[in-house]
Amino acid sequence: MQNLSVSKFFLYIGLVILAILTLFPFYLMYVLMTHSATDIFSAPPPLWFGNSLRENYEALLSAIPMWRNLLNSVGLGMVSTFTALVFCSLGGYALAMYDFRYKNVLFGFILSTFLIPPILSLIPFALLVHFFKWFNHPLYLALWVPGMASAFGIFLMRQFFASSMSKELMDAARVDGATEFRTFWSIALPLVRPGLGTLGLLTFIGSWNNFLFPLVAINKRELFTIPLALRSIQGTADTIDWGAVIFGTAFAVTPLLIVFFLASRQIISGLAQGAVKG
Amino acid sequence: MASSSSMVKQEESTFETRLFAFQRKFAPYLFIAPFFILFFIFGFFPLLFSMYLSFQSWNPIQGLGAMEFVGFENYLWVFTDPDFYKSLYNTLWIGVVSSTAQHIVAIPLAFILVLRLKQLRHLFTAAYFVPFITSTVAIAIVFNTFFGTQYGVLNQGILAFSNSAPIEFLRASSWGSWLVAWVPEEPIRWLGRAKNIKPALAILVFWKYFGWNTVLYSAGLATIPKEYYDAAEIDGANALQRFRHISLPLLRPVIFFAISLSIIGSMQLFDEPFILAGSNPMGGINNAGMTVAMYLYREGFNYNQMGSAAATSWILFFVIGIMTAIQFAINGREGLDSRG
Repeated sequence: MQNLSVSKFFLYIGLVILAILTLFPFYLMYVLMTHSATDIFSAPPPLWFGNSLRENYEALLSAIPMWRNLLNSVGLGMVSTFTALVFCSLGGYALAMYDFRYKNVLFGFILSTFLIPPILSLIPFALLVHFFKWFNHPLYLALWVPGMASAFGIFLMRQFFASSMSKELMDAARVDGATEFRTFWSIALPLVRPGLGTLGLLTFIGSWNNFLFPLVAINKRELFTIPLALRSIQGTADTIDWGAVIFGTAFAVTPLLIVFFLASRQIISGLAQGAVKG
Repeated sequence: MASSSSMVKQEESTFETRLFAFQRKFAPYLFIAPFFILFFIFGFFPLLFSMYLSFQSWNPIQGLGAMEFVGFENYLWVFTDPDFYKSLYNTLWIGVVSSTAQHIVAIPLAFILVLRLKQLRHLFTAAYFVPFITSTVAIAIVFNTFFGTQYGVLNQGILAFSNSAPIEFLRASSWGSWLVAWVPEEPIRWLGRAKNIKPALAILVFWKYFGWNTVLYSAGLATIPKEYYDAAEIDGANALQRFRHISLPLLRPVIFFAISLSIIGSMQLFDEPFILAGSNPMGGINNAGMTVAMYLYREGFNYNQMGSAAATSWILFFVIGIMTAIQFAINGREGLDSRG
């Protein structure tokens, strides 16, 4: 027994060290955002907060329209999330609750599209963006329309419907004269709120972090999402204060850290579910 | 009068019933239609078009009319381009090094989290998982300062360790110097020297994704019935033996799956090297950090060679396919068999 608790003790020490190493970059990011560039690149490195936060904020604002970029990212994230929730839950509902011809074939087809590496569609995506005149589109049509009904989302919602909705409930609604859509919207959707939450979070995070596809669909400063704006100042890092750049990264990361702090269980289990069962 | 109005009513109701039956029958098709419409426009058609494009020579600036059929010339061009092989080598190097490290850490870590911890399991899992959900661009920029040669935190840490009393003592002694020969005495030029760029990228990729693999393995371990471990424990098996003889064999399908995901993901690596190693020149000094995805991007968007960029993406697709198939041949058959 004595022996067991000693080994447990070392186990915890190891886990804690690994956790500190993992989180240390975030801590340092918040420390560096309060230091001037000369402080950041000094020996020993700053490990505690400084007092250049305000200067860095102002330097960043003079380099990029940061609040505008934030608004762009938030707006794009919300539209992506809302449309994905509607169309993925419709698709997932159909696959979970109905028996219809070719259902298995169609479901298999949807799953098989998982296997297409996204990078394969980068070039045609860029051409399609120009063809539809979606390049620098102020509503970012190129960035949310193609992903509205994703295979991942449909699959995830299918799981949630299958475990929380019943055919008896559908029949009861039909007897009361509800249309299929009405049943879906008023009865089934409220039952899968946790699923909607999970898919919503994952979609929002994905949209927030997306870099490669916005990179080929937008080149106008005012339309930059946060990752694009950060990349644009990093490119000029010789002329701009590194303190300001780091301030920008913290600005990009903090909303996600807050979301993750509030809903880490849902995010982790949602991603694991989508991956393992897919 | 009365009879005719009831006739109308009946007709209406049959129409309504038919409409009701109709919407009931076609609802599921209607509900999944958006996926297929979107997939056709943004998935299937682009794939066909990029296949077509890979046999054309085309600079998009000159308009659609400038397209010219060139047969396999694009493929030939890519296959004879030393930069393509360099990018393939870089991608494989980063992928193999960082993935190996990720899985070696993640499997035992998941075992500890799932089977040795009662409380705090989620807290630790969440801590390891944070890097996975944060913006790659932001984090790669932050790592850029860590990898600085003179004042980067990493080098300052390494030098502090290298100059610490025990290491100095060993280095000075005749019998211990070989023990610490690997400890660098000079600051490492992480991003300033071609040969160090890939290790720097591998460190970032490892840090970002090991928590993801830990979560995958935790999910796999959670499905193994607890009775197996209890029985083994009664037979006197210690934790290490339980890990080796119960967890590892039963985890094989998950290992197969997680490695497949690592292969598919790391072959498409773009954001991390694009920001950390830079895009001018692509992938840093001597293109040492240029991945295949970056090579493809450069062909298409810097050189305006859409044909060879499309050819590159199909070559990459087949490389991923071949690697997954090899993985399946080595790991998959047995791995999947052991599931059932």
